[in-house]
Amino acid sequence: MKQTISVLVENQAGVLNRITGLFSRRAFNIDSLAVGVTDDPTVSRITIIVDSGNSVVEQVEKQLNKLIEVIKVRTIPEDKMIGRELVLLKVNATNKTRQDIMTICDIMGAKVDDISPNSLTLELSDTPDRIDTFEAMLRPFSILEVVRTGVIALQKGGGKI
Amino acid sequence: MNGAQALIESLRREGVTHLFGYAGATICPAVDALKDVPEIGYTLVRTEQNAGHMASGYARVSGKVGVCMVTSGPGATNLITGIATAYMDSIPMVAITGQVPSNLLGRDIFQEVDITGAVAPFSKHSYLIKDANQIPRIVREAFHIASTGRPGPVLIDIPIDIQEQAVKSFDWPEQVSIRGYKPSVKGNDLQIKRVVEAIAKAKQPIICAGGGVWLADAQAELLELAEGTGIPVVKTMMGISLLPTGHPLNMGMIGAHGNFCANKALAKSDLLIMVGTRAADRAIIQPDEIQRRMATIHIDVDPAEIGKNMQAAVPLVGDVKVILRQMLELGIAAPDCGEWRSRLADYRRAELSRQFPSRPGSVFPGTMMRRLGAKLAGDAVVCADVGQNQIFTCKYLPQKHGRLLTSGGLGTMGYALPAGVGVKVALPDRQTVVVCGDGSFQMAMNELAAVKYASMDLKIVLFRNNTLGLVHQIQSRPPYHGPFGVDLDGSPDFAAIAAAYGIPSIVVREEEELDPSIDRFLAEKGPCLMICQVHPDVATTD
Repeated sequence: MKQTISVLVENQAGVLNRITGLFSRRAFNIDSLAVGVTDDPTVSRITIIVDSGNSVVEQVEKQLNKLIEVIKVRTIPEDKMIGRELVLLKVNATNKTRQDIMTICDIMGAKVDDISPNSLTLELSDTPDRIDTFEAMLRPFSILEVVRTGVIALQKGGGKI
Repeated sequence: MNGAQALIESLRREGVTHLFGYAGATICPAVDALKDVPEIGYTLVRTEQNAGHMASGYARVSGKVGVCMVTSGPGATNLITGIATAYMDSIPMVAITGQVPSNLLGRDIFQEVDITGAVAPFSKHSYLIKDANQIPRIVREAFHIASTGRPGPVLIDIPIDIQEQAVKSFDWPEQVSIRGYKPSVKGNDLQIKRVVEAIAKAKQPIICAGGGVWLADAQAELLELAEGTGIPVVKTMMGISLLPTGHPLNMGMIGAHGNFCANKALAKSDLLIMVGTRAADRAIIQPDEIQRRMATIHIDVDPAEIGKNMQAAVPLVGDVKVILRQMLELGIAAPDCGEWRSRLADYRRAELSRQFPSRPGSVFPGTMMRRLGAKLAGDAVVCADVGQNQIFTCKYLPQKHGRLLTSGGLGTMGYALPAGVGVKVALPDRQTVVVCGDGSFQMAMNELAAVKYASMDLKIVLFRNNTLGLVHQIQSRPPYHGPFGVDLDGSPDFAAIAAAYGIPSIVVREEEELDPSIDRFLAEKGPCLMICQVHPDVATTD
């Protein structure tokens, strides 16, 4: 089961290293990981998706909490979560196929970032599921490159972690 | 004032009175600054790993943070085993390493190694200092982190140019405040009520106490809990000396190499109260099986220990001493477990009076331990190494009111002798005995120099069987095909080795010689090595 863990950490060198090191040595698997600074420049927020049972996630949370630079750890329940991922995708596009690709972009709400005689570079911010669908729809046109950011997430409503 | 002086001044303000170390190029400024501070003593080890073990032995008996200081590169990597050993036993330690100049970091220059990266998996925290003005704050934080919550080793890596950097003003923070580090102290009141209720209802309860009780200095509270409720106590290897052997509630040590009675008690109990123990694999071999049959209360300062190896019905997170005090203040009704207690006491009596095998021309280690224990001072400290000697010491050495120190978590051979040196530095007048095998002794015998140099009254028992006994024992059973690669051929004449350091020795080959030999051994002023000849086929299960 995929679970989303939000971690507030000190914005310092070496912190990410400690977090990823912890995952590898405790044999926890990371699906995705996204890091960025928060409104407080001394604090970064890391969003980690793990695919594990509840007891493993509980142990992950506890081990993360033991790291001195970790300020707060919260698992965000799926039904209370807004999770988004950004994808940049370069796909083959000729005069023949460009219009079909544009139709898919319209349906999915994707944006065109760059165009060349034989390619389109597209951008989509959405849930991982919808990004998977987008990618699958474009695969027949021959995808040249894909880069995804990993999920970032916030809890619905007015509260904060 | 430069960074090195700020470092030493910070150590002085933390109350450090002794360093264990090994000098080298990148730590020279700090060693130089140490020269001007007579209130901090210094022991030069013979290999850096032992600086860690000495700091560990020192910390365990003094209740203070043990401090070691070595140079960069190989000095730091040699210290790694000392740090990992302390981490696995949750020993408060601050390790200081020199580092190459900060502007050259990452270029693989002479004696450079990423030590903060290397120790990350087995240190509580680490710092790489990049500005000398931060030294007072970082040292203060390091000591706070090392000694509070679940204790552990903290590493401070200081590039040589930072040690030489001028410090603008020495700002010693009165308070330590780390927003991501707030260990729990007090137990949850509701949970404590549940624990007290569960105890009152139990028919076959057992307390399992570990090293966490020592770390929290909660021996008196543990005893009060056990005696007040009449609940029998078993211990892990790290908690071995919590109760005297003769105490009617003491059922011995649990685990793969533990006492029969203790394991029986654990297997048959209906309520297990774990106090300051992580229930690792050597202690509780089938945690799932035990859990299926009994309710478990787990008291630990580290929330991550709860449910790691064993699920607990009632978790209690906080300082063991504070929680036990809370429980005692609430008042605990003694459960009706008299029958259970007397059944266990029968097992225990049988085990304590059990006859050991005897072979002419050799000494059985269990016999030696019983005889030695009878003659030791009540508060003696014994440091056991790793191997058969450790099992025999933990299982059969009669405990009084002293301490038994051993590397329980990492199982580091060569721990006992340097740990004994650390004990002697902390408590020069305390009777201290080191127990080694001929394998483990050869991993640390270079530290006889430290013993000799400080004229330490340290007594060393050496079991000589010319083999790595515990491995020999494992290899002698399926699926293996007999001992190989374990005979210690080529070992020196240990009496001659001791004599070369100017340390007297006694050799014992017959059990009749034991009593007078132990008397002479313990009466010797200063260090002494007692070499006991052990048959190579002796097993810990004999």
